[in-house]
Amino acid sequence: MTDLYHSQRAMRNMRRAAMQRGVVAILDIGSSKIACLVLRFDGPERRRETDGVGSMAGQSQFRIIGAATTRSRGVRFGEIHAMNETERAIRTAVQAAQKMANVRVDHVIACFSGAEPRSYGLAGEIELADSVVTEHDVARALAACDMPDIGQGREVLHAQPVNFALDHRTGMGDPRGQIGNRLACDMHLLSVEASVVQNLFYCINRCDLEVAGIASSAYVSGISSLVEDEQELGAACIDMGGGSTGISIFIKKHMIYADSVRMGGDHITSDIAKGLQVPMTVAERIKTKHGGVHATSMDDREMIEIGGDSGDWEKDRRQVSRTELIGIIRPRVEEILEEARVRLDAAGFEHLPSQQIVLTGGASQIPGLDGLAARILGQRVRLGRPLRIQGLPQAVTGPAFSSSVGLCLFATHPQDEWWDFDIPAERYPARSLKRAIKWFRDNW
Amino acid sequence: MRPLTADRRYPDAPRARAPQQGYVPQAAYTPAPRRDPAPTRMAYRMQRLWLTPAFRVLMRVGVPVLCVAAVGAIAFGPEARRNAIFAQVGEWRQAIENRPEFRVSVLQVTGASPSLDAAIREMLDVKLPVSRFAIDLEAAATRIRTLDAVAQAEVKVGSGGVLSVQITERKPALIWRKEAELDLLDASGRRVAQVLERADRPDLPVVTGLGADKAAAEALAIVAAAKPVLPRLRGLVRIGERRWDLVLDRDQRILLPADNPVRALERLLALDKAEDLLGRDIIAVDLRNQARPTIRLSADALRSLRRAKGLETLENAL
Repeated sequence: MTDLYHSQRAMRNMRRAAMQRGVVAILDIGSSKIACLVLRFDGPERRRETDGVGSMAGQSQFRIIGAATTRSRGVRFGEIHAMNETERAIRTAVQAAQKMANVRVDHVIACFSGAEPRSYGLAGEIELADSVVTEHDVARALAACDMPDIGQGREVLHAQPVNFALDHRTGMGDPRGQIGNRLACDMHLLSVEASVVQNLFYCINRCDLEVAGIASSAYVSGISSLVEDEQELGAACIDMGGGSTGISIFIKKHMIYADSVRMGGDHITSDIAKGLQVPMTVAERIKTKHGGVHATSMDDREMIEIGGDSGDWEKDRRQVSRTELIGIIRPRVEEILEEARVRLDAAGFEHLPSQQIVLTGGASQIPGLDGLAARILGQRVRLGRPLRIQGLPQAVTGPAFSSSVGLCLFATHPQDEWWDFDIPAERYPARSLKRAIKWFRDNW
Repeated sequence: MRPLTADRRYPDAPRARAPQQGYVPQAAYTPAPRRDPAPTRMAYRMQRLWLTPAFRVLMRVGVPVLCVAAVGAIAFGPEARRNAIFAQVGEWRQAIENRPEFRVSVLQVTGASPSLDAAIREMLDVKLPVSRFAIDLEAAATRIRTLDAVAQAEVKVGSGGVLSVQITERKPALIWRKEAELDLLDASGRRVAQVLERADRPDLPVVTGLGADKAAAEALAIVAAAKPVLPRLRGLVRIGERRWDLVLDRDQRILLPADNPVRALERLLALDKAEDLLGRDIIAVDLRNQARPTIRLSADALRSLRRAKGLETLENAL
């Protein structure tokens, strides 16, 4: 865990420097597409007095000046599968976005959906030396959380304090400056496979870019597609991507759980390709154009030309009814949603005060998905689209881009993480001193 | 979810038959392979480099400047080549200047008297025909203006290769007698020319005395006012660079005041008209003190006056 942990701190500084300089890029590395947005920071919002309330409640101190998407290559399940192909795809997206923005971008904030995220809830408690809580005390409280065994070869991706309790008062957002005796904190820790993150870093570095931040796409799509009261009262965001489906649960504006199902839209496509015996591109096209999850009697009569250029007349003139297509799509969608249901149940989602579920991501655009999801996930399901942010092109406003937009918000208003607080002073030197003594003992 | 009583699987599918002549089977879905080329690593780096502001400035400004400087250095570096280039340029220039369109073959002087005309031609000293570019018109005009007789001079090259010199001559208004020479002055006192003798210009009044040229305008005003006595006028004498004396024949003098001499003269002439003052035997009329004009009689007249009054005086040199 040390590697990513140390680089997180460096990335935070780099991100701050990049924002100071004014330009930062957003890179959403998905299994079906790679999106790159170029953000320009203009400082504080300017059009406040003309607009009344600023757009996005004053969050939009940035503007998107370049946007590009490209077909993803070499990414499966949200993880890099073929390094060279992915690098080329990143290069394509970054180059197009730079061309549109007409600036050079050096810093990139990336998100990815795979790497088997696992959530842990941690709790730490300290006695306050002084009765007033200082930033240093917060750092100590965070450091007092006992590290769970996250397993070999895994790294911490997010470690966010979600709750503070001072004596008997809990649910505090910011305990600093308050008076009490015991400070307790709850922390949400998200661990991922280390090798996946390392591959991603390596891949981005090979494009002459520096990683200024990294996030889980389940988290960032939750930021962008859940509205504020949903984040406050508790909601789950299901980001149905190409290769994996991310699940994140928010309450009190903090993510408290994240997970992913390693199934997504690409699996539906491959089902169609196998079922109808067509190439993947044709299957993708049939899925996006005629796909659905509820068959009606009308669909029996709607025949879809499959086409092909095999040279065999009979094969190339095949037709299939839409009902059959739905018959292929629906079981897979049900499987994905049921898997998501299992994850939500495991997380204890039913105990949350609000049972809102928001479906987003590219695969959530299947017609009739909300009805099917309501049957599997519960009644309070809606389809979510990302927030509108300044300068976002029309083509990038769909639900497939909710993690890109969420990453923009994450870049500008990141939540405090563990590594944003200083290392507690009493630990750092003592340990190094102990280590030095131990080294002496061992060697002489 | 197919209904149990499903009809044929492909109800609309055409029967297998030989395709008609010229029929191209069109597949519904034959998506053209989408072009999605990734930039090569080199192209990517080049684009990033090009988007670097410093590099852009360097390429937009630095490199062109450098190229021009390099070409200049290569072209003008060696002395021999530099000389050759300059010689070639000079040759071209020569060829253009010597074209017949630019040739000047006639010198035309207008507005000058014959003697001045000759003087100007001698002064310009151009060997016609000559190229238009070889004549410095401004310098020539300046040189001509140094002649005293020339008030204004304009030199230009007209159509048909005519170098025309437009002269405005100064008009002599006075003759200024100095020690031994006679100069002509114009109305502003500027020297125009020399005359050999007074009889050459009998129409002009004569002035003399130091600084007479500076008060030429005043002198002319006095002469104009002295019209009734003009036949008797011999000249004006500048006294002490301050005032004028009007000299008439019979050595009569009218001493005019320094300021307002014309008015004083007019008063005198009025007196003369009434009393025939100047026709009498007086030597001088002193008008310098305006409150008390004085006349000086000649010796004979004084003697006669005294005799008439019965005064007997002792004769002396006065």
